[in-house]
Amino acid sequence: MNGLLPWLLATASQLHEETADVKTITFDVPGWRGHLAGQHVDIRVTAEDGYVAQRSYSVASSAGPDPRIQLTVERVEDGEVSPFLLDELRVGDSIELRGPIGGYFIWSPGTAGPLMLIAGGSGIAPLMSMLRTRATASSRAPVRLLYSSRSERRIIYRRELDRLQGAGDGFVVTHTLTREVPGGWMGERGRIGRAMLTQRGFAPSERPHVFVCGPTPFVDVIADHLVAIGHAGSSIRTERFGPTGESK
Amino acid sequence: MHITRGFKGRARADAATRDRVPPGQYVTSDFPVLTAGPTQHTALDDWTLSLQLGGKLLATWDWKEFEALPQTELKSDIHCVTKWSKLDTRWRGVTIDDLLEAAGIAESPAGFVMAHCDGGYSTNYAIADLIDRRAMVATHYEGSPLPASHGGPARMLVPHLYFWKSAKWVRRLAFKEQDAPGFWESLGYHIRGDPWREQRYAGDE
Repeated sequence: MNGLLPWLLATASQLHEETADVKTITFDVPGWRGHLAGQHVDIRVTAEDGYVAQRSYSVASSAGPDPRIQLTVERVEDGEVSPFLLDELRVGDSIELRGPIGGYFIWSPGTAGPLMLIAGGSGIAPLMSMLRTRATASSRAPVRLLYSSRSERRIIYRRELDRLQGAGDGFVVTHTLTREVPGGWMGERGRIGRAMLTQRGFAPSERPHVFVCGPTPFVDVIADHLVAIGHAGSSIRTERFGPTGESK
Repeated sequence: MHITRGFKGRARADAATRDRVPPGQYVTSDFPVLTAGPTQHTALDDWTLSLQLGGKLLATWDWKEFEALPQTELKSDIHCVTKWSKLDTRWRGVTIDDLLEAAGIAESPAGFVMAHCDGGYSTNYAIADLIDRRAMVATHYEGSPLPASHGGPARMLVPHLYFWKSAKWVRRLAFKEQDAPGFWESLGYHIRGDPWREQRYAGDE
């Protein structure tokens, strides 16, 4: 029994290739009751012999009651569900989905104070929901996004981020590339450290709401840096995914 | 049941493993981390653990005193609400039964417990879920002191419930008559969190 969060049938209506390893899937979900920016969903897929797998994905589309929601899915090496979603799922296919889930890693346009977003790779997805929600609401809350990608080709939502920044309404994005940096690159290079957080983010005295999402080691390092430069632990909300990098 | 066209899934686990994995979970050999905020770093010199009953302080142990309490080793499977399960994890710590005894409580009180942690995290339990040597305050994992990222110096270990109940950086256990939701339980997660009944979110079962 799933009283408050029943499983709903979600039908893929659009597939969009973001990068070589990332797709955004739009699902039509009759019965969907809407979500807040930053929340996630559980999905359930069932093989012919009854074998079931469940996974969690952040909702990337704007908050609100729209029963069309978008999930941005990155290929996990040796993964079980992401290769299915990227390689097998076609428009018209259905999976099961329930949500929205999570009441902490969330942001609403009514929240006072600046917003500091820090993303590693596909960790941009729930932060993109916040940026889209802010744009939809015509919010002018100051936002700074620091976005770390391995290479320029792996940047997700590049054009949309450029367009949002171009609106000149208080949103500034800083890209950094950690592995391959092309000639003429105008952004930052290397991993996000204290200097980049200080120069490109908000100061602790500006009391930003900070959201950090990415692979576990990325989030751990950045949350430690943020505390070290004076941000209150209670102002830092984190979402981690993937292996820890420990051999345990 | 809705069959998903094109989904095959991994090679199926053998029956023995399957019996150990609750519904909707998959086995990982990694040990992922789930935390709502930054890692808490508490020096052993500053660490204490307190037991409270109905607002009255029953006992406080500093690190040295805590390490001198009876130590129990426990091997268990753990199950995170984010879907991973890890089999045969080995822990060392002090069971809640032994903590109560050390605090001079001969018979365990009825009711509920709230665990309070560094960083403001909290989680709630029925006392029945913590006693009979099913739960401990753990300080060691796989033979080594628990690293801060995994809840060191000490975390709750309640392996028969989803792993958010095994609260990291625990500092105070408050025994009380009334149940109340902790951190995640206030934010849409299940009040008890039994993985075998798939009690992930408020309203499940």
